[in-house]
Amino acid sequence: MTLYSQIAANRRRTFFLFFFTFLIIIFLGYLFGAYYGNAASGALLAFAFTIVYSLTSYFFSADIVLSVSGAKPITKSANPYLYRMVENLCIGAGLPIPKIYLINEPALNAFATGRDPKNAVVVVTRGLLESLENEELEGVLAHELSHIQNQDIKVMTLAAVLAGSIVMLANIFLRSSSWGSSRRKGGAGVLILFGLLLALLSPVIAQLIKLAISRQREFLADSAGVLLTRYPEGLAKALEKISKDPMPLQHVSEATAHLYIKNPLIKGMFASMFSTHPPVEERIRRLRAA
Amino acid sequence: MSLTNYVLIVLGALALFAFWLYNSLVRAKTRVEEAWSHIDVQLNRRADLIPNLIETVKGYAKHEKGIFENVTKARSALLGAKTVKESEEADNMLTGALKTIFAVAENYPNLKASDNFKELQDELADTENKIAYARQFYNGNVRDFNILIKSFPNVLLASVLGFKAAEFFEVNQETRKKPEVKF
Repeated sequence: MTLYSQIAANRRRTFFLFFFTFLIIIFLGYLFGAYYGNAASGALLAFAFTIVYSLTSYFFSADIVLSVSGAKPITKSANPYLYRMVENLCIGAGLPIPKIYLINEPALNAFATGRDPKNAVVVVTRGLLESLENEELEGVLAHELSHIQNQDIKVMTLAAVLAGSIVMLANIFLRSSSWGSSRRKGGAGVLILFGLLLALLSPVIAQLIKLAISRQREFLADSAGVLLTRYPEGLAKALEKISKDPMPLQHVSEATAHLYIKNPLIKGMFASMFSTHPPVEERIRRLRAA
Repeated sequence: MSLTNYVLIVLGALALFAFWLYNSLVRAKTRVEEAWSHIDVQLNRRADLIPNLIETVKGYAKHEKGIFENVTKARSALLGAKTVKESEEADNMLTGALKTIFAVAENYPNLKASDNFKELQDELADTENKIAYARQFYNGNVRDFNILIKSFPNVLLASVLGFKAAEFFEVNQETRKKPEVKF
């Protein structure tokens, strides 16, 4: 797959994401409306809610992610070394220069987020800056910039936003029906129904996220990044260092885990269930095979 | 269907192909021009740093007049360059001339230690890196454009439509050589 087919694949993914999310949303609204006696207005309400909710969170997603991860913006004068490196790679890739943020933590990690190349952010940890050599850091940054160029960041943001709006809506329905249950007969039955529905929906939501986060994506960003630096060994060494680093990130939530270059969550239920990242050893092997 | 109808259909298809080809050529050519402007920005930045550098070096090494001449010449050649080839030659000339300046600077510890000089050295190194990256992007776009106009059947129409192959921006063979290290 090339860069262009990756962009095309991402467009397809975006379309399916929208399609399935709205199908679920309308179905949820319909059920809820039917319970109160007006299925159509329930569906309409759910639809309107999702539009408003996902639009706002789409436009503020980068800010939300940045504040969750505890990242702070850096200027050229504060860290000319990092700033120039990003600047140079962007010139090489023909990208506008993204905002650069720093997480003041010793763990080694990095990610990119934003809606599109013009509103993109690259985030690195202090540990990464301190322990990587020049060409290793360059490899990591090129990898992140490829995520921006591939439109991966857009799909990942949309996946999180849309999946989030389903969960939000299900929560609202669940709560409002539990309030109503004291006044209405048969409320408990509806609660059970919604509980069941949520249980049914969770794998669908997970599937939605998985759809957007194909593991192929990391390999592609690796190879596109190497095309930019022309030095596979830099990224390979960096990945080696990153994978050996035992330090976990402090500020990370399950909602943002898929963004990072290395899964920041310690191996547990979530990590193995979703496994958003291919094994690092395999990525290094492919980089060295070239 | 009569023969004229067939001829019309073939002509129509050809015209459609020509429109499509023209548009893709324009797109690719604009990309090349845009990529060139990235190099141009950095070349100008490099040229702008030179007078400052000369003043700083003069402050410590007044009698080394010979070394400034080449740099000044290369700088004005760079600023006056009209084509890719001219810019390439002037830039390579400037690289060579700057090397002499920095080699001479080695003999003046005070100059080497001055903040101003260090900063300029740093800026120039950064500009050189940026030129290298801009060159990579530009040459990539030139490659795509040239493939587009040289492949069949585009090659039949490209020159008729007035498109010529773009020039690569290359590094001097001498600067590419690895420095020899002797012990």
